[in-house]
Amino acid sequence: MRTDNLIPMIGVVTEIRRDTPDIKTFRVEKPEGGKCFEHMPGQCAMLSIPGVGEAMFSITSSPTVKDYQEFSIKKCGCLTDWLHAMEVGQQIMIRGPYGKHFPVEDALKGKDLLFIAGGVGLAPLHSVINYVLDNRADYGKVDIVYGSRSKDDLLDIDEIQSSWMDPKNNMDVHLTIDRPQEGWDGHVAFVPTYVEELGFDPNKTVLVCGPPIMIKFVLQALTKLGFQKHQVYTTMELRMKCGLGKCGRCNIGDKYVCKDGPVFRFDELDELPSEY
Amino acid sequence: MKMLKLANLGGWLSAINETQRVYLPIEAADQVNYGVWTPDSVVRLDALRTVKSAKDAFFPQVENMMNFKTEGKNVSVEMIDPKVENFVVLGVRACDAKSFEILDRVFLSDPYDPFYAARREHSTVVTLACGRPDENCFCVNFGIDPADPKGDATMWIVDDTIYLRASTEKGEALVKDLEDADTAPVEAQQAKTREICEKLPFGKLNLKGFDGDHLMEKFNNPKWAELSRACLGCGTCTFVCPTCQCYDIRDFDTGNGVQRYRCWDSCMYSDFTLMAHGTNRPTQVERFRQRFMHKLVYFPSNNEGMYSCVGCGRCLAKCPQNLNIVKVIKALGGDEA
Amino acid sequence: MQRELIERLNALIGEGVGKRVLGWKRGEFFYDTEPAILAADQLDELVYDSFCGPNLSKYLIQEMPKLGEGEKIIALIKPCDSYSFNQLCTEHRINKDKVYVIGVGCKGKIDVDKIRARGITGITGIDVDGDALTVHTLYGDEQVNRKEVLLNKCLSCKGKEHRVFDEQIGESEETSTGDDRFDMVKKLEAMSAEERFAFWRGELSKCIRCNACRNVCPACSCVKCVFDNPNTGVQNKAAADDFEENLFHIIRAFHVAGRCTDCGECSRVCPQGIPLHLLNRKFISDIDELYGEYQAGEEVGQRHPVINYTQGDCEPSIVHERGSNA
Repeated sequence: MRTDNLIPMIGVVTEIRRDTPDIKTFRVEKPEGGKCFEHMPGQCAMLSIPGVGEAMFSITSSPTVKDYQEFSIKKCGCLTDWLHAMEVGQQIMIRGPYGKHFPVEDALKGKDLLFIAGGVGLAPLHSVINYVLDNRADYGKVDIVYGSRSKDDLLDIDEIQSSWMDPKNNMDVHLTIDRPQEGWDGHVAFVPTYVEELGFDPNKTVLVCGPPIMIKFVLQALTKLGFQKHQVYTTMELRMKCGLGKCGRCNIGDKYVCKDGPVFRFDELDELPSEY
Repeated sequence: MKMLKLANLGGWLSAINETQRVYLPIEAADQVNYGVWTPDSVVRLDALRTVKSAKDAFFPQVENMMNFKTEGKNVSVEMIDPKVENFVVLGVRACDAKSFEILDRVFLSDPYDPFYAARREHSTVVTLACGRPDENCFCVNFGIDPADPKGDATMWIVDDTIYLRASTEKGEALVKDLEDADTAPVEAQQAKTREICEKLPFGKLNLKGFDGDHLMEKFNNPKWAELSRACLGCGTCTFVCPTCQCYDIRDFDTGNGVQRYRCWDSCMYSDFTLMAHGTNRPTQVERFRQRFMHKLVYFPSNNEGMYSCVGCGRCLAKCPQNLNIVKVIKALGGDEA
Repeated sequence: MQRELIERLNALIGEGVGKRVLGWKRGEFFYDTEPAILAADQLDELVYDSFCGPNLSKYLIQEMPKLGEGEKIIALIKPCDSYSFNQLCTEHRINKDKVYVIGVGCKGKIDVDKIRARGITGITGIDVDGDALTVHTLYGDEQVNRKEVLLNKCLSCKGKEHRVFDEQIGESEETSTGDDRFDMVKKLEAMSAEERFAFWRGELSKCIRCNACRNVCPACSCVKCVFDNPNTGVQNKAAADDFEENLFHIIRAFHVAGRCTDCGECSRVCPQGIPLHLLNRKFISDIDELYGEYQAGEEVGQRHPVINYTQGDCEPSIVHERGSNA
């Protein structure tokens, strides 16, 4: 039983990368070096700045990275504004990991995987994708459909191009942006439409994350392609304060997203009120 | 069974107070709330309902969890030791006593809450049987016997005498020096109270269908809009409720460091689930529904049918616009399942 | 009167004056009336009796956007509530053109907590016969005089007159005790600073920050309250320092100064019985004294003294001096 549940530890920001105009990735380590804690793909952590606030973020880096954790964070409120303004060497408070992870050790093993992400929704899937890459033999074909508002808003584009786009490794990446843009000769469409156009084999297992509206239409597209709800996983975002299933904020039906989620299968979500 | 003259209550409290604080219903500025006993306190054991419940004893409205100091890019943390001294909570009615069981399910289940756990461990709960339930009482629906509340020790007040029964070692320690007593007066009072309980207007609510199996039906019931229409969105019901336990964690900049504290929060508030991209409960209808669904459906679904309501009647007595859980149960219960 | 009212409402709806009625409906007991918006087929649930204390004016704000072009809602307004109604019209939160006001007669409303305070509990029914109340309880019947258990706000009744109405139904009766409503304010003013501080600390330390006072207040009609805005740095559900509750109430009193009609809802709804209306009354009494007698909500379109300059205004130095002495 853990006794330090609400008590954060100190972490140091050792690297900051600007990914898009409003997303930065922060690397966090213990002050003496090394990872703050072990986690699994899809789990989250509470980051806080004393006097500013605390919020839950998904851990972007794969557990296979031994020395640090990374968080890709979009600037959209008080705390994230502050995080975006900080410099390398800043100490922050961190606690975790929280929540259920993607079933990388059982249900996903041996499967062909289809990752579908929109915008900063790539952040939680990033962890899974790199985990799969580092345990490549355990999984089948990997397809990634990733879309954003514009080419400048595509997260991790260098990494996508250098290590994920790798047909020889049985991995395909399908990028798209919402509207035509100068200097972009790739696909232009909303993610759900693109998924339908690509017409995937409905035997794949799907992991989807993005804005709620995108998820809704992706699910419709997948249904048209013949996918069943129990093949599709997503990860949810709700306001959280404790991370322990006690403070009450992320309660939906008889589940707490921080503890029973954030990863849910779509057939599980069907049994919950649609309050997310 | 032991006994003590009501007139000698002060002496007994004073003796207990030599080794541990006593927390009990006290009147201040015309209202009765739980407070720490001092020889000057106006003790009001006769008050059927304190305004706030006894939950503050274990889960205070505001508590500091830790302090931070920042210097340049560095942060230092000062922990607040949740170790507490032994204390007694006295005069707890059967409903509030039952609420501790419900709060235990939340705060003592893994991962447990160290602050709550420390207080629970160091407390002795002395309950007080009800002799005069009122029209807003409906604890009997939840398997509670107001004439025989559970606790480390139990008190009955009959005329000018307090009768006491210890049920645990902690309770025994408090009453061992008191005079022995006959149980007949207590039994007589219990019989009368139970007779009144039979006649309570909300004594036989139909809770059929309030369970995990009917979760979606209850959630989707169109009556929520009507039930919540007059709701002001204040937090009175949640703050006087003995089982509401939602909390917020906030930082307060003292100008000389930052205090991270926990305080009660309310699902009735518009900012409860507000995030940068919006809220998943945009109107008072959804917020109102969440509170009652949680108590009557979600909580029992996760706790072998145990409701997160003890029928204390505080929300009935205190809602500014007379909304309450009984109206919800009546509107959605029974045949509506 | 209730039957007469329902008949008239049916007729008005029949004539197409409005489709829905803002009034009160019966709760679980005869005494716990609940503000309600009722359609024609729900009018049998409408109740109007000695227990309809809540001021309904504020509910009209949320109804305004729901009304179509030329559509009206029918609202039951008591004499004292008509002041809040007018004030909200002045502040453009209610559009009078969209409301058909029935001025309902009022002879004072009963505070069931005052009956309980007499040790009469387990109340299951009350028969009203003029001023004689027969209270039925689980423990037998009791007699109470209606005049002795009226809501506090009725003890400083604003009178029988509806300041706004399209039609009136029912008789009204002035229920003031005749005492000066500023008596307690004067008592507080006469206290030493220490005594006064102790009084307010005693009262305000009971505050649980449930915000019922704010949410019920017809003058607190901000779409987003400053205390709900996390960007202000003053947002607090429960204060880190319990002195902050005091600030909350004082700031709120300042915010409604000049607009508060003294409707008394803040004190009626406070679960801890804090006499919050005294803060507002202090402001009203100061306004009366410094700028001449003023009652918010008397007429639509009034400019209250705090925002209205006249050449006859007292000098700021006098206000300042008074502030430092009081």
